[in-house]
Amino acid sequence: MTTSNYATERETTEGKVFTVTGGDWDQVVSGTDPINDERIVVNMGPQHPSTHGVLRLILELEGETVREARSVVGYLHTGIEKNLEFRNWVQGSTFVTRMDYLSPLFNETAYALAVEKLLGITDDITERATTIRVLMMELNRISSHLVWLATTGMELGAINMMLYGFREREYILDIFETITGLRMNHAYVRPGGVAQDVPEDAIRKIRDFLVLLPKKLKEYEDLLSGQPIWIERTKNVAVLDVTGCLALGVTGPVLRSAGLAWDLRKTMPYCGYETYEFDVPTHTDGDVWGRYLVRLAEIRESLKLVEQAVDRLAKPGPVMVSDKKIAWPAQLAIGVDGMGNSLEHVAKIMGQSMESLIHHFKLVTEGFRVPPGQVYVGIESPRGELGVHAVSDGGTRPYRVHYREPSFVNLQALPAMAEGGLIADVIAGGASLDPVMGGCDR
Amino acid sequence: MTAPNDRNNDGGVPVPVTPAGASSTAPAEYPPASPAGRGMFGNQGTGDVSGYGGLVRQRKPIEEASRPYGGYFDEVRDALEEAYPQFGEAIEKVVVDRGELTLHVRPERIAEVCQVMRDDLALRFELCSSVSGVDYLGADERRLHVVYQLTSMTYRRLVRLEAAVPADDPHLPSVTAVYPTADWQERETYDMFGIVFDGHPNLTRILMPDDWEGHPQRKDYPLGGVPVEYKGAEIPPPDKRRSYQ
Repeated sequence: MTTSNYATERETTEGKVFTVTGGDWDQVVSGTDPINDERIVVNMGPQHPSTHGVLRLILELEGETVREARSVVGYLHTGIEKNLEFRNWVQGSTFVTRMDYLSPLFNETAYALAVEKLLGITDDITERATTIRVLMMELNRISSHLVWLATTGMELGAINMMLYGFREREYILDIFETITGLRMNHAYVRPGGVAQDVPEDAIRKIRDFLVLLPKKLKEYEDLLSGQPIWIERTKNVAVLDVTGCLALGVTGPVLRSAGLAWDLRKTMPYCGYETYEFDVPTHTDGDVWGRYLVRLAEIRESLKLVEQAVDRLAKPGPVMVSDKKIAWPAQLAIGVDGMGNSLEHVAKIMGQSMESLIHHFKLVTEGFRVPPGQVYVGIESPRGELGVHAVSDGGTRPYRVHYREPSFVNLQALPAMAEGGLIADVIAGGASLDPVMGGCDR
Repeated sequence: MTAPNDRNNDGGVPVPVTPAGASSTAPAEYPPASPAGRGMFGNQGTGDVSGYGGLVRQRKPIEEASRPYGGYFDEVRDALEEAYPQFGEAIEKVVVDRGELTLHVRPERIAEVCQVMRDDLALRFELCSSVSGVDYLGADERRLHVVYQLTSMTYRRLVRLEAAVPADDPHLPSVTAVYPTADWQERETYDMFGIVFDGHPNLTRILMPDDWEGHPQRKDYPLGGVPVEYKGAEIPPPDKRRSYQ
């Protein structure tokens, strides 16, 4: 330094101080080592467009490499499980549907199956009600996977995919609206069956959709599967093998993309899934690319299931258990003043049968009683095993309901996927877990 | 009252000290006409209007199942008895109800039992599906129950382990060393029930804010809410609002 006129440096207790008097920037820059000297802690979220809702990631970075990643959840905690304990069993379905807002029908069906198991009426659920549940769940699986494809596309730079995914999901939401009256938060699957039968024009819409979607899926594949950027961003990114998945409790498409064909619809069937014909797609790489392929293939399998379920719906039948101590007393009908209890029912309880009136009143105000005990029911949601642990003390309200939420459990795998990789791959890896914070935080 | 005045004087946007309407005679939490007059909120009664809802049913004690249990339950029990010599001491009760097997485990043994359940070749419960709690307030001394749902992917079996701890000493070993997936689920159980899992690497609150007081899923914790301040006025929680009748 003494022989040149360039910047001089001096050691102080705060570190190296340069006196820059013009000249050689190379020398100035070489005095510090940004990669090894500086570990930066970056807060990603909770308000970040690519963290799927209010997920907060704390990343410790060296340059662009993630050294440590920790996820913080709870920003969307709404106390649904606590609230359930203050409503009767039927009202519960209006609460659970709001947990994982991308797969409401899975939440409802899992809850209904648990309550039915507690009541001991699992075998009394009518065939038509079960078929409608399967139909709705598989449509919901498609819409959930479409949103996954859309948001993941957006996060990895494929904005077109975002528009297309949400566009096609709109068809499914339209079908849901025709059947349940609502696009989301349906409260359609109730303990004992479903709220009402599937109307005729919904069947027509579903049939149209079954023709439309395969063409669109082809478009998505044309758009993404051969795309060099998409391949670069997904292949060998955020790898998690079967051992890692099982240790961290990861189920669903992420586990299947690692090679284990574990799908509760096949391995522990419920709702009569054993009578349907469908395959469980798997992949062996356990990376984001594999998860993308598995989810695309699952949409195709769900289309098969929807088609079979629609065919079965040709046979009419009741959609609620016959037990009048459990079934909601009135069917809805459209009158001159809008939707309400059917006029025949009103005429019966007001004019003919005092007993019916009492029954109606007790069931609606107080609800039915459920024998004491506890059950656990697991179903295969778009994100993995969705489990319901329901406890009854013999009363008209749930004593405790716990949701084993796949989003919550799967998010634990994020550090295992992200640490040691690049910060850009945190986005891809996190997206490939498909977390929905409404379900995660409940 | 000094703080708002200071804010007024420091050149910022003037903030009214008392919100408009605060001088009206009715306080926000004007007493409700009757306990039932709180609309849909709160925990009053069963929603029963017949008058018979006050009859309390005796909670049936959980009965121990007798052999044979049926299904794969006998095999699971035999395998566990063979692989785990302290079976008689560690397992308090075996319950079969609604086609589900529940092993009631002494809390201090839970991690050992999980280890055997996972590793024994005849058991192979590879996946810990769910860990959660239930508060059986008033049932007996050990009112807080931790419930583990184990899944054997090899044999396609389900088993529930249940461990009960008293509320004044709610300690039991963590199973995170056996099942790393229990990490967040034990944190949630701690958060909601105040059950302490000894040996857990990072037992902090997960869903509630870090400085929250109390454990919301306990049965003696009321459903209610916290007052929310909005533009200087305090909005009481739903169960404290005045009712209109």
